[in-house]
Amino acid sequence: MKKFFAAILFSCLPVLAVAAGGHDAEYEKAPVNLQDKVSLQNGAKLFVNYCMGCHSLEYLRYGRMADDLGIPDELVLKYMNFTSDKIGDPMQNAMDKDDAKKWFGTAPPDLTLEARLRDPDWLYSYLIGFYEDESRPFGYNNKVFPNVGMPHVMAGMQEAVDEEEFKAAMGDITNFLTYAAEPIAPTRERIGVYVLVFLAILLVPAYLLKKEYWKDVH
Amino acid sequence: MRVVNGLIDWVDARLPVVNTYKKHMSEYYAPKNFNFWYYFGVLSMVVLVNQLLTGIWLTMFFSPSQGFESVEYIMRDVQWGWLIRYMHAVGASAFFAVVYIHMFRGLMYGSYKPPRELVWIFGMLIYVALMAEGFLGYVLPWGNMSYWGAQVIISLAGAIPFDVLPFIDANDAKEIGEALTTWVRGDYLLSTATVNKFFALHVVAIPLVLVALVFLHILALHEVGSNNPDGVEIKKNKDENGIPKDGIPFHPYYTVKDLPGVIIFMMVFAVVIFYFPTGGGYLIEKPNFAPADPLKTPDHIAPVWYYGPYYAMLRATTIDWFISSKAWGLIAMGGAIAILFLLPWLDRHPVKSIRYKGLLSKITLALFVVDFLILGYLGTQPATGLAKTVAQIGTVYYFLFFIVILPFGHRFEKSKPVPERVTGGH
Repeated sequence: MKKFFAAILFSCLPVLAVAAGGHDAEYEKAPVNLQDKVSLQNGAKLFVNYCMGCHSLEYLRYGRMADDLGIPDELVLKYMNFTSDKIGDPMQNAMDKDDAKKWFGTAPPDLTLEARLRDPDWLYSYLIGFYEDESRPFGYNNKVFPNVGMPHVMAGMQEAVDEEEFKAAMGDITNFLTYAAEPIAPTRERIGVYVLVFLAILLVPAYLLKKEYWKDVH
Repeated sequence: MRVVNGLIDWVDARLPVVNTYKKHMSEYYAPKNFNFWYYFGVLSMVVLVNQLLTGIWLTMFFSPSQGFESVEYIMRDVQWGWLIRYMHAVGASAFFAVVYIHMFRGLMYGSYKPPRELVWIFGMLIYVALMAEGFLGYVLPWGNMSYWGAQVIISLAGAIPFDVLPFIDANDAKEIGEALTTWVRGDYLLSTATVNKFFALHVVAIPLVLVALVFLHILALHEVGSNNPDGVEIKKNKDENGIPKDGIPFHPYYTVKDLPGVIIFMMVFAVVIFYFPTGGGYLIEKPNFAPADPLKTPDHIAPVWYYGPYYAMLRATTIDWFISSKAWGLIAMGGAIAILFLLPWLDRHPVKSIRYKGLLSKITLALFVVDFLILGYLGTQPATGLAKTVAQIGTVYYFLFFIVILPFGHRFEKSKPVPERVTGGH
């Protein structure tokens, strides 16, 4: 019987090889660390200043972000919320979708779930992937998203700082968007440990009970 | 204590409580030699309960007219909503995983053979209901893959080759197909009307059918008794009290044996829920993190893994002979599921269990498992040149296994003698 299953497993190996071959290696690894509050706060600040004019985060509330990132509500309301006066509101912007479509060819998408729709590595590579290209309407093209409609809004920042600093800033935005896509992620990973420990402890008496009952089965 | 006994007596005089408990628990004699593979029946029940309970709670917060938004609302604003949603979404995959292993167990030990044909038939009906339930549920979050997946599957209703009938021509067939797809959608396009309809079917109609079928599956099983890894009928060897010599009461022996198994399953389930809830895009597909968009077709429309084998067969056909290749694909897919119903009558091997069958049976069964896994993988991948050829070979072997190997394979091998009593114990 063991040989039989070994045979099955062995014959599956080529499938695994095919599966492993499909991975995209062209993206740079994003420096995602959801425990790094400083990075997340900086990412949020940059997002609100550079991205949010066009891109909303409609499934994330200001208050949730304030709590999770450890930013006082008053500061969020004063410096990060330009569209409403309530901390419980979602992070919308004032751009009209139809106008935006006329300006950029396509309306800028909501980015709440972008890190789960694409991949943090894709986002990071995209953010650091702009290069000058005179043939494009805004003078820039992108390595991972050719002929993208979005202008290089961080061009000024990229010129003002050195490459390391720019990459770190883009890493922070990526980190923040990864947080925004699933704010519960760190909690989920923390709770998982307790659940597994509980089940592991529960397994001991359950197994001993089974052993006790089955003593007299021959 | 006297009060409790009195109450039990009072109820039992009016409802067969004690009898039912004895028949299905304390005096249901199961073979004592169940092995690892026999955990997956009870695990299917565990997952069913998980789906029903988490489903009820999701229904409290989900709104079919705002599918995508309300899922994010559940994930972010509803307390513990994220956990309930992950348990339900991952639970769907877990359901198919345990059911596939449960079916493989049946295939391995001949559990569908007389007198257990009805147990298998009810099991197959559960499987079909489960596939419908999974599809309907997949559409509800109204992500982009929900939309395009539904588009593909509903269009199948338009591919039924009605024109094979003598009094229907190609034009009529096309019109019937279009009318059918409109009827399934409940609209001229996939829309909120479709989601509302699918929601009703997903949370009320199919679960009712599922629960009823599970009840019948177990009732039929307990009437004929469980098979075992040796394929020996334990009812042939009874002691003076009429109790099978190789049988042990389901309760307490198997209830206490299932308990650690269930806990270990829960640990595996918990690891996925808490650490890999999207399963690398195999359990929750990436395009489903964008709302349904009729103008944006995903690069590659892939079904969830558990439909993979059938989707691979659907796309494998290329011949436009007599009817369109799409219709042939539909026939391959439908036939692949339909043929499983006939399993009890297709398998004409005199021996039940793989343990005592010959080498040919062992090799062909192993190949069948590999074939099913490869087809499953191919179903989730783009159907390009080589992949398509492999899927075609896989489809041919799938049918070959049921139509040729199971009915006639035993003539070309030497089986081992089947023992009188079960072996090995536990």
